[in-house]
Formats: sequence, structure tokens, C-alpha cells
Amino acid sequence: MLRVEYLYWLVGALLIVSAWLNLRDRRHAMGAFWLVLSAPFLFGNFVLDAHQRGSTWPAQAMGLAVIALGLLASRSRLSVREDSAEEHARRDSESLRLGNRLFMPALAIPAFTLILYFGAGTLSRQGLDLLDPKALTLSALGIASLLALIAALRVTRSPAVEAIHQGRHLLDALGWAVLLPMVLATLGGVFAATGVGDAIAALTSAMIPVDSRLACLLAFALGMVFFTVIMGNAFAAFPVMMAGIGLPLLIHQHGADPAILGAIGMLTGYCGTLLTPMAANFNIVPAVLLELPDQYGVIRSQVPTALALMLANILLMLLLVFR
Amino acid sequence: MPTELNYWPLIGVAVVIAGFALRRNPVLVVVVAGLASGLAAGVTLPDLLALLGKTFVENRVLLLFLLTLPAIGVLEHHGLRERAKRWIAGFRGLTLARLQITYLAARQLISMTGLTHVAGHPQTVRPLLAPMSEAAAERTLDGELSNAERNTVRASAAATDNVGLFFGEDVFMAFGAVLLIQGFFASNGITLEPLAISLWALPTAVCAFVIHSIRLHFLQRRLLRERAASSTGGTDDAAR
Repeated sequence: MLRVEYLYWLVGALLIVSAWLNLRDRRHAMGAFWLVLSAPFLFGNFVLDAHQRGSTWPAQAMGLAVIALGLLASRSRLSVREDSAEEHARRDSESLRLGNRLFMPALAIPAFTLILYFGAGTLSRQGLDLLDPKALTLSALGIASLLALIAALRVTRSPAVEAIHQGRHLLDALGWAVLLPMVLATLGGVFAATGVGDAIAALTSAMIPVDSRLACLLAFALGMVFFTVIMGNAFAAFPVMMAGIGLPLLIHQHGADPAILGAIGMLTGYCGTLLTPMAANFNIVPAVLLELPDQYGVIRSQVPTALALMLANILLMLLLVFR
Repeated sequence: MPTELNYWPLIGVAVVIAGFALRRNPVLVVVVAGLASGLAAGVTLPDLLALLGKTFVENRVLLLFLLTLPAIGVLEHHGLRERAKRWIAGFRGLTLARLQITYLAARQLISMTGLTHVAGHPQTVRPLLAPMSEAAAERTLDGELSNAERNTVRASAAATDNVGLFFGEDVFMAFGAVLLIQGFFASNGITLEPLAISLWALPTAVCAFVIHSIRLHFLQRRLLRERAASSTGGTDDAAR
């Protein structure tokens, strides 16, 4: 079986090479940043295995690495790198020379992801696990990216080393934004372990008139949005708001339908995901990828949809859950 | 564990809000918030470091998308985005709103089958949807885009991808969110079939498509109106 671990090693290798190229260019902060970040990818399984055996020093070292990454990130600024006129001219002439052949490798990423996903799924039902069944789509995406890279190098007739240089340029353009999803998920873990969610749920349920089902429903819906905005993730908000308000008040006291409340309640939380910089991989990373001058540009574009949809969800719940 | 709730860990939430309001580096803000909450909860420093490190490693799957960067980088270096623009410019009658609404529908439908990673910001938005949107907008507005217009169109491309993903994926019954809901209820003595949960994501999926499509139409109208206003001599580019 192709373990997802192998793909992590490849990510680690990409980070190490980027680190080395940056250090060679005397961009020390950026180089050190990629070097430290490669550690969880190269030694991830070792850390988790050691932790399971009761040896905590590797995890503690990784904790220090997280703090180091925070400090290094605060020393480097995200800057939009303007392409040189030479690069612009080159891209224009190349796009004319290669024409629609350029689309083939780009579309190969989604196409191969699909094929690998269904292919590996079918084989897995026959008892043959080609890809890691626990991370099937992401493994498929990883391998599809490699196949697309081979296609891209062939179509453009570029040497393999160009892949490293271009990958490193994109990585440098993303900078610390790349790390934000991972540290936010880490923060979610810390919040869960230290009882932040329970404290918020206790505060909210102490403030609402519990006999009014409208008040309870509004508190649940707005709580999902608010808590998702804070945590950057509706998955973290759901158990907290459900345990605090949804289950005891709405379902047990007011007789709400759990399936409908669960499904639409989660999607109400997703409206919060559209609003928050904490959901960095959806809101901040694309702003950097698209070279927007405003880090919050994508969020601004989403606010009206998020608010209108939140209202729609509240109305749907009012109509549907108390049948 | 003490029986009464400890409210001190909430200090981490305060750190997050203050940090983002003051526009400090988000990575640093988040790390400091984690440390603050942990220490306020009475976790010792060695345990806190181990907790940070372990959760960090467990979430490394979030960066697997970095493997798409070399392929995208090579293709962009050889003019992929320019090609995407030129290709779209050849379609008569394709407006910005029509292009992005089509993408929204496709993204929602594909996510409903559980294929959330087929499209995304690095894979499809930056190399394909964003340049195509710019080309469609140039056709709709009949001229080159200003910087502000280009940024608006790009941000809308990213937003459209997010909306399509978020409000499609829950309709797929084996998606993580549905299993999370089912698992939560199961551990509280309520047994539900995943399908019973995922079907109730459909009404919201339809609402999301309708609401965002209407917004894309309004976005196009706004861009056209601002163009008309500025071309008649007004410098009304500050409108919203």
C-alpha cells in the first residue's frame, strides 16, 4: 500500500529544498521557516509513535518548533512579487506556442484525482488497498499532482529542476500563510483540551430565556456562527453548541428533530467559516495566492452571501425542526 | 478535574480577537493564544508543549496541497494563465456572472459526490478560474480591467469556490461533517442514518446556489454601472 506518509516525505523534501535555496539567496528568515516546517513532515510518524509509547520529548520538541515558527513568521512579511517584464513576455509567447496543450496537465490534477479515487475505492472493496483508505482523496490528490507535474514537464519540455524552482517561488509567495491552517487546527486542539468550548456554552446557556424555543434556536444558530468565527472551523463549534444548547434545550426540552437540527446547524456554522480569517486555508491563503492587496479581500467578497444564507438557515430551521 | 468550570482559558479567545483586530501576524497570534489558554487552564509547560507538538503533527495533512505547487508553477511559467484568458475571450456571450455561476454549480455538484479536493484555490482557482474570470469580465466590460476591478473579480472567484465547496460537501453522506453529526448523536443515545442527515443539507445547498448566483449578477451589474459612471467623466470609483 502506498502510505500517505510517503507523500508527507515528499512535502518535507520540497520544504527542505526551498529552505536551502532561500538560505543560498541569504533570505535567512524564510529559509529557517521552511527548514523548521519540514520537521513535522519528515518526523511526523516518529513523533506520534513515540507519544503513543509514552515518550513525550519528540512532541515537546515539536511544540518548541511551533513557537519558533510563530516567531519566524512574525519576522517575515508577505509581499506580492511583481513579475518582471521579461517574465511577462516569456509567458505570453509560451502561451501562444503551446496553446491549448497547456490545459492538459492542469486538468490532469482533477482528472487523475477522480480516477485514482474511484479506482482505489473499487480495488479497496476487493480487499486490495492501493492508497491509504483513511486519507483516500488527499492521497489521490497528491499522486495526481505528481502525474500532472510529469505531464507539465513533458508538454513544456522543461528540465525537472524547473519544477523545484517554480514550486519554491509559489511557496515563497504563500509564505507564512501556508502555515496558518495548521496552527489554527492546533489551536482548536488546545481549546478543546482546555475546556474553552464548555466555558462558552455555559456562558451562552446562562444568558438565554430557556423556555422560548425561538430564543434557544437563535442562540444555537448565532452561537454556531460566532464560535465558528472564533475557532475557524464549524467542526469545533458543533459539539460545543450541540452539547450546550442543541441537545438539552432544543431537542430534549422543545422536541426538535435531531437530524434536521444537526444538518442545518452545521451549515449555519459554515456561514461563519466564510466570515473569519481563522479559516485561513479558505480565506487568507487564496487572497495571497491571487495576489490581492487586501488580506481580507476574499472575506469581504463573501460577507453578503454568508449573512443572507445564515438568515435562510435560521428560517429553514424554524420551519422544519419543530414538526 | 475540578467540578466548577474554569473560565480562564477563555483568555485565548480574547488574544485571538485582539490579535486580529490589531493586525498582528496571525501565526504568532494563534501560537500565543494557544499558550495563553493552556497556561490559564493550569496545564504545565512541558505538557503544553507536548500537546502543541502532537496536535500540530496530527494536522499536517492540511499541507498536502503543497504537492500541487511544482506542477502549477511550471505551467504558469509557460503561460497557463495567459492561455486560460485567451481561451475564454474566444467565447461570445460568456459573461463574468455566467462563468462563475457555472463554476459554482459544477463545484457544488462535484462536492456532493464527495470529491472535495478535485478543485480548490491552488489547483483550479489561481491557474484557471481567476484568469478566466478576468477575461470574461474584460469581455463584459468591453475593455481592460483596472486594478480595483481585477481584485474584485479575483476575490469573487475565490469566494465562489468556497461557497460551492461548503454547501455541496454536506450532501455527501460519507463526508466528515455528516459523520461527526452522526457520531455526536450516537454518543448521546440518538441513532441516525447518515443519509437522513445528509438529505437535510439539500435545502441549504439550493439556497446557497440561489443567493450566491443573485449576488454574482449584482456584482456584474455594479461593475458595469461603475464603468458607465467613470466613463461619463465622473471619478466615482469610490462607490463602495
